[in-house]
Parts: sequence; C-alpha cells; structure tokens
Amino acid sequence: MKLTKFNKVHHELNAKMVEFAGYEMPVQYHSIIAEHKAVRNSVGVFDVSHMGEVIIKGEKALNFVQKITTNDASKLTEGRVQYSAMCYKDGGIVDDLLVYKIADDEFMLVVNASNIEKDFAWMNENNEFGVELLNRSDEISLLAVQGPNSKATLDKLVDEPIDLEFYHYKRGKLAGFEMIISRTGYTGELGYELYFEGSEEDAEKLWKEIFEAGKEFDVQPAGLGARDSLRLEMGYCLYGNDVDKTTNPLEAGLGWITKLKKGAFNGSDVLQKIKEEGVKRKLVGMISEERAFPRHGYEISVDGKIIGRITSGTVSPMLGKPIAMGYVEKEYSAEGTKLNFLIRGKEIPATIVKPPFVKK
Amino acid sequence: MNIPAELKYSNDHEWVKAEGNVATIGITEYAQGELGDIVFVDIDSDLAEITFGEVFGSIEAVKTVSDLLAPCNGKVMEINPEFEDNPEIINEDPYGKGWLIKVEMSDPSELDNLMDAEAYGKFIGQ
Repeated sequence: MKLTKFNKVHHELNAKMVEFAGYEMPVQYHSIIAEHKAVRNSVGVFDVSHMGEVIIKGEKALNFVQKITTNDASKLTEGRVQYSAMCYKDGGIVDDLLVYKIADDEFMLVVNASNIEKDFAWMNENNEFGVELLNRSDEISLLAVQGPNSKATLDKLVDEPIDLEFYHYKRGKLAGFEMIISRTGYTGELGYELYFEGSEEDAEKLWKEIFEAGKEFDVQPAGLGARDSLRLEMGYCLYGNDVDKTTNPLEAGLGWITKLKKGAFNGSDVLQKIKEEGVKRKLVGMISEERAFPRHGYEISVDGKIIGRITSGTVSPMLGKPIAMGYVEKEYSAEGTKLNFLIRGKEIPATIVKPPFVKK
Repeated sequence: MNIPAELKYSNDHEWVKAEGNVATIGITEYAQGELGDIVFVDIDSDLAEITFGEVFGSIEAVKTVSDLLAPCNGKVMEINPEFEDNPEIINEDPYGKGWLIKVEMSDPSELDNLMDAEAYGKFIGQ
C-alpha cells in the first residue's frame, strides 16, 4: 500500500485509516459529521496527496489537451484552472479532472487517485502530438485547506495576502515552501489546494505550520468521509459513483464542460449525436423529508416502476435530511418530480431538486 | 477499549445487562467506533417481541447500515426515547444513555450462551 508524506501525522492523530485507491488514507479522525461542520463553519485540512498529477509538455501541448478533454483549454491563460473530463471514443467518461495551464507549452492535469494508471495509459495511447507526458503523482503532495477561514489561516504563512479568484492559481512560498497555491476545492467553500514537492519532514512541518496558523479558528483535520459528504451537499460528481465509463457527460449534467464547438475531441462525434437526439436519462439531485439513509446502488421508483438508481447518498450533516444523486429516466427528471427511494424494502418519498443542496 | 465486566456480549457486538428477568440491550463501544457517526436508529415503535438471532431494527451510520440482531428472546418493555433526537448519544455513551431497548426475558438463563467481558475482549482482538 502506498503512503502519503503525511501518513505519520494521520497515525499520530489516531485517524481511522482505510485503503483507498492503493493508498492508506484517513477516512475520519474523530467524527465525519464534526469534520464536515468544521469545514462549513470555519476551516479544515485534507491530505489529498493520493490525487494524480500528470505534466504535459511540448509545442503541441494544447492540441493534445484539446483532443483528450471535453472543455475548451484554449480559453485558459497562465494562472488559470479548468474543470474538465476525458472521454472514450464512445462518449463514456475516462475521468473527470482539473486542467492547469502552466505555460503555452505546459499543462498539469490533476486526476482521480483511483484512475492514475488508467488515465496515464490512455494519455499515452492518445499522444500523436509528440508531447512529453510525466506522471508526477508520487512526488507531488497535495493539501486542501477549505472553509470560510481558510484564507485567514493561510495568509499568515505568506508574505503577501493570497489574492486569487476562483479557479485561479499562483506559484509562491507558503510557510517557506515553494508551491502551487490554487483557489480550488471539492467542498463548495472558500478554499485552497496546495501542491508541493518535499520530504516527509517538509510535509510534517507544513502541516504543523498550517495548524498553528489556524489555531484561532479551531482548524480541524478532515478525512475522506467528510470530503465525500461535503462534495455531495454541493452536488459534485464523484468518479466511480456518479460518473464512469458507462455514463456520458451530457447525462451527468456536465454539458457545461463539454464544448462541442471547440473542434473534434475524443468522443465528440458521439456526444454531438446524443445532444441532437437528447439524453435517455439524467443525473439529478433528490431530497427527502423522511428519516432514511439513501445509499449508492439503491433503486428509485415512481408508481411502483423502477425508473433509476441512486449513485451517491447521505444524510446531509447541514440539513439533517436525506440527500442523493442518481440517474433517472428523462421523463421523470424534471425539478419537483416526486419519486421514491427503495430502501431495504421500503418506499421512501423524495423530490427532485437542483443541487447544490446546501446553498452558499 | 471499555468492556464493562458486569455485561454479557453477543457476536454481533451487542451488550446485555440483566437485572432479574429484565434485559437492557445496547451496542458496544467497539461497535459504535466501527460504525462511526450514527445518524439514526430504526426500531419499529410497535415492536412487541424480539427473537434470538433475528433482526429487530437497524442502525444507520454515515458510512454503513447495520442490522440489530436480538441477543435473547423477550417482550419489549421500552425503546430508548432519547436516540430519536440525539442518535449521537450511542457514540458518546454506548453503555449508558445510549442503550437501545429493554425487554422482559422469558428465560434469563439463555444469557449463559453469550460471552462474558473477557471472552468478548478476545473476540474483538483486545
């Protein structure tokens, strides 16, 4: 099992460790709900060093990124980040990812931990542009500092206040370490992701400095459990749950990152056709007023007929209500549609709503 | 890990406290730790009887759902009214305020089939 540079820190904090995507990762430290609320109300720190980073270099780097991703990377300028997806030729999703424009001839793609090898192989297979592909996932560590007090915490560790717009990044020194400071995250809160290279000692020192700086805000370590419930409250997709190779970006509600007019890309022909003919099912958000716990895989029914399946679900820590995402047949996908979660033999009434479930 | 000596334990990580023919039933500290944050407990308010080894309810935690299996036979006397609004008391005080149900046992000697604290400690690898 792979270990991140913060592994010792997690053990010292008595985190509950689990195997995730080949890494030993903290799922929770004390309580998923408490960690979730710490991020919503103040500030939390996630070790997400398991995420993958691939550097694309070369004269045709942009052409390569345009071919393998669905969003329009030509719109990016240096210092900007874009949410995107990679598709197979049939329109199924290889992965969802972040695209960082480093320079005219250099990009960094940040991919899901569970997909690193698959993605890197896919990129190589699609490299008819002679670009250099470097998998830097093992060297680059990543911390996500998220929550309304994230800026006040990190500003103590930099010379100049971090002045970044959403989905912008800069290179700089934080707590004495060179890094990429990126105003991105998976929580829906003000937050930053810090990419850096360094030893275990460096990582531990950085962690300590951030927790020292965040002390007045009662900064908390947060695990993968809270990361999942936070993203679900915002209606963000999780690869392997809500999107995978059997789903396409149009039915997953990712039409906004699928730029069919930018020119041909992997899957664009099929996606164009799906767009013209209309999708058969849609990923929707659902909420219930009942006491129930919707989970991945549970069926969804209307008038006794199965019309879909839950892909992600939880009881929202902020709302105290069951929330879920799932695919339903298109004719049942309108906002306000009443349907049922089938939970352990019971029909639990729920309603389709437009995420985010927790409004910011 | 707290494993009170005066209680009896089932393979399904429930504890039973016997007082005469009245048994109070809850889940162990180990069980609540494995489940993590408990969001609610589903025990039918009409539940009249529990039968050894059969499901009498379920516990929904953030990560997973777990069936509650009866550690003895008995008539239901009381279901803890507290966890309706405060399911977290099961995490916080599993052997005290976080008890689940009280039953009147038909045959208290059945509890001899359960584990004592020492055996349960070994069972969970403590």
